[in-house]
Order: sequence, then structure tokens, then C-alpha cells
Amino acid sequence: MSLQTLDLGVDARIAGLTLTFHLGEVTAICGPNGAGKSTLLSCLAGLVPPDTGHIAFGGKPMESLRHDVRARAIGYLPQSPEVAWDLSVEVLVALGRLPWRNAGRGEAQAAVDEAIAAMDLDAFRHRRVSQLSGGERARALMARVLATEPSWLLADEPLASLDLAHAASLVRRFREQSDLGRGVVLVLHDLAMAMNHADRVIVLDKGSLAADGAPEFALGSEVVERVWGCPARWVGEPGARALSVG
Amino acid sequence: MNRRLILLLLAALALAVPLSLLAGRVWINPFVPHTQNAALILMQLRLPRAVLALVLGAGLGAAGAAMQGFLRNPLADPGLFGIAPGAALGAVLSFWTGYAATPWVLPLFALAGAGGAMGLLALIAGREGGIALFTLSGLMLSSLTGALMSLAISLSPTPFAMSEIVTWLMGAVADRSWREVWIAAPFTLAGIGVLIAAGRSLDALALGEAAARSLGVDPRQLQALMIFGIGLTVGASVAVAGIISFVGLMVPHMVRPLTDRRPSSLIVPSALAGALLLLAADCLCRVMPLRGGELRLGIALALLGAPFFLRLLLRMRRGLI
Repeated sequence: MSLQTLDLGVDARIAGLTLTFHLGEVTAICGPNGAGKSTLLSCLAGLVPPDTGHIAFGGKPMESLRHDVRARAIGYLPQSPEVAWDLSVEVLVALGRLPWRNAGRGEAQAAVDEAIAAMDLDAFRHRRVSQLSGGERARALMARVLATEPSWLLADEPLASLDLAHAASLVRRFREQSDLGRGVVLVLHDLAMAMNHADRVIVLDKGSLAADGAPEFALGSEVVERVWGCPARWVGEPGARALSVG
Repeated sequence: MNRRLILLLLAALALAVPLSLLAGRVWINPFVPHTQNAALILMQLRLPRAVLALVLGAGLGAAGAAMQGFLRNPLADPGLFGIAPGAALGAVLSFWTGYAATPWVLPLFALAGAGGAMGLLALIAGREGGIALFTLSGLMLSSLTGALMSLAISLSPTPFAMSEIVTWLMGAVADRSWREVWIAAPFTLAGIGVLIAAGRSLDALALGEAAARSLGVDPRQLQALMIFGIGLTVGASVAVAGIISFVGLMVPHMVRPLTDRRPSSLIVPSALAGALLLLAADCLCRVMPLRGGELRLGIALALLGAPFFLRLLLRMRRGLI
């Protein structure tokens, strides 16, 4: 199965939008509250069908994919993810193997070990979720998504509620995953994060596409001013820019 | 870890079953083989009663574990939140209409009642409803079915039907025969099988509904499995023994710390521990000296379960669960 592109068709809310996503790229979806960012991500994850239009995955309509096939290809981390029971990190990460019903035990353990190592959680492997800090918890939840070994990583505001250092470390790990050839699509609130760490930024405004392209174009000062309604100016060097508002 | 726990519980059951057969109003000493009517007491009274306690305990334990996993709520119990009362309402209607004497009608009514109540609860509270909404919906369902049952009792066609309903509602495995075992066992085992099959989806649901769906879980299919599995286990139990609450609440809590805490790892150990709990509780009821008969199993478990529930609530308030 070819997973080279993830095409989003026309959505009634996201009017006139046709987007193609690429593997090996970090794409950030930005926009003010209520712009339709989470809806777009849910559509891309195959959880919600678009009102109209269609989403194609590897050339096939998304809704024609079997649940398990879709689950193995697209890893999705919802906004403010919960863990209902006080699982250990290892057991939590192993939940990511659920879509691989028929895989061997050795293969599953290898994927779990790799995901734990990728998120630097070896020391916390047997610790319970309730005993983790916010940053460790976010990494454990991300490791759960990685354990599925999906081609695509979709995360809805994964950096929310993380402090500066933890957010930077998680962003670095998303970059590592895209360097490994995975497609990474993130809903980001923090425009500076998107500016400095994404390969491509999609800006949504009230359900329509406001900008799409390299961060310096899609998040240019005039776009920020038009979409967010406040005058803003980028300061600093490329890769370490900060947004000065007002 | 799970295999060791299951073996341990099986060993405990292997020890408890023979012991339970000896205990009762007439104590049977295995080393003095000439107790009067020993064979009769064992084969016709105690063995079916013990097997029934095992079957029902297993069903209620598994149903509690699955229900807590499905609703992501450590307080969920089929007996407390309207499922068993729903089954009881079904059964009462079969008494009331006079069809209860026809074989299989009472169990079928009870199964339909349990499945219907579970479906209604899932519909009202949903899985995103939170603990408060769920608890209130369960209580509402409980009081509604309770009111309808009282209505059926007060309008019961004969005093005989009325006393039959009231006695049966109190929950017991006393004076049950192999007939009840044959009614309950197939439904309960089928129900436990359905709940085990739902285990992987319940594990995924620990991450919330959106994440579970992204892991390939079909929520409608899971809901159908839960309604079916809980309907079968709880319906079968209510059909032959009336309402026995708190088993489904207590057992998963006792077992959970000994497992990896995934809902799927909890179902089989909860079934075994439920069987053990109900067997032990029934034994206790049998040997407890009580004027005018023996303590009813449903009442004994409610007396045991209510303080347990209170302790859980207090621990939750302190954020320990």
C-alpha cells in the first residue's frame, strides 16, 4: 500500500480546501480558536467524516479503509489525552500495539522497547502514570502512538500544558520521527514553535484556508495580523524566532 | 503476573469448594463417613448451591470488571446502577403476567431487562459522561425500575404472586437445584466469553474514546458486545437468584492491584474472585445462626458492600484512585 500522500478533499467548513500531506515533513496547523484545526485533524485521522468532500489515503477513500488498517497507518494523539487506569508506562505504551492483532510477541516487544527508547523513557518503564510529571506523561503518551509504528503521526496540541524545556524536547522528537520518514501533522497554538520547527504551516481562519506554505510565508506578519487580528512582528534569527505582539 | 494470579485463584477455589460442601446446618465430617443422609445433602442441596454460587459470582465479577472498564469508572457495578434492577423488573413482569411458570420465560425476561437497562444507561450517560452524570443516570434508572417493580408488586394479581416476588427479589442461592444451574450456567459462560472478547477494545478505551477509535475500535460494536455480555451475565444471575449487588463493585477493586490494571487483564481474575467471594459469602450465610432461617445472600453482600463503597468514595475524595 502506498502511503505517500494524504489528500484532504473539500470540507464544507473548510471551504475550498484541497491539501496534500507528505511523509518526511513536519506540518503545523495553526489558527485562532474555533478555526477548525481539531476538526481538520480528526478528519485526517479518519475519526470524523468531512461534511462534504472526501479524504483520500494512499489514493483510496478514507472511509473504505478497514479500521485496523487505518489504525496501523495513522497514529493519533488527541487533545488533553486521558488515561483512565493507573497503568505503568510499559503497559500504556504497549496499548499502541492493539491494532497489530496478529503480530508476534517478540515483534510487539521490540516496537514497545523502541518507542520507549525514542521518547527517552527507559528509566520510567515501570513507573505508574500517576507518578509521572507532565512532561514525562506527554512523552509516554507519544510513545504509545509510536509503538503502533504508524507512517503518520497526528497530534492535537501536544505541547499544551508543557513547560518550555519539555515542549522543546518533544518538538525535537517529532523532528526525529519525520527524519525517519514519518509524516508528522501537529495542531500548534504556539506560533513561534510552528515558525521555528515546522517544514510547512497551514493557517486556518473560521473554517477556511488562510495560508499554506513554508513557515516564513504562511506565518508572515501580515497573515498573523489578518487572521489573529493583532499587529505582530517576528524578531530574531531563522530557527530561533520570537513573535513580538502589539 | 496474570497467569500466576489466575493459578492462585484457581487453587483457592479448589480448596474452598470442598470446604464449603461440608459447612452448613448439618456439618459433615469427611473422616466420619456415616453422617445421616450425607450423600443426599451433598449432591442434592450443597453441590448445586455451590456450583450456582460459583457460576453467578463469576458472571457478576466479570460483568463488574467489564463495566468499570467500559465506563472508565471505578464505581460502576451492575447491581447498583440499574442493570440488575432492570433484569429484576423483567423477571417481575414475568411473575406478574403469570408466564414465570413456563420454562425459560423468566430468564428470558430477566436477560431482556438487563440488556435493556445497560443499553439505556450507555445511551443516557454515554462514555464521555463523567462519573457524576453516570452515577446519577444509574441511580435514576435504579429508582425508576424500583418504582415500576413496586407498582407491579402492588398490582400483583394474587397474594401468592406477591410473596413469591418479594422473597425472590432478596437474592439468594438457597434451595436452588441443578435446574437453576442449567439455566444460569450457559448464559453466564456465554456472557463471560463475550466480555473477554471485548477486552482489547476495553483496553484501548482506557485512553479515551477518540484515541480508542484511532486504535481501530468500533464504538458501536463494543457497545453491542457490552450490552450483550452484561445482559447475559447479570440477567442470568437475577433470573435464578434475584438481586445480588456489590460483587461487581468489590471484586475488580480487590483484584486490580494484583494485575497490570488493563481492563482485559481484570476480567478472568475478577470472574474467579467473584466465584470465590460468592461461595464464601453463601457459606457464611449458611452457618450464621439466625432465628427464623438463614441470612439472605443478597442482604449479606449489601451489608458487606455498602461500607466498601463508602471506603472507595473516601479514597477517591483523597485522590487515591
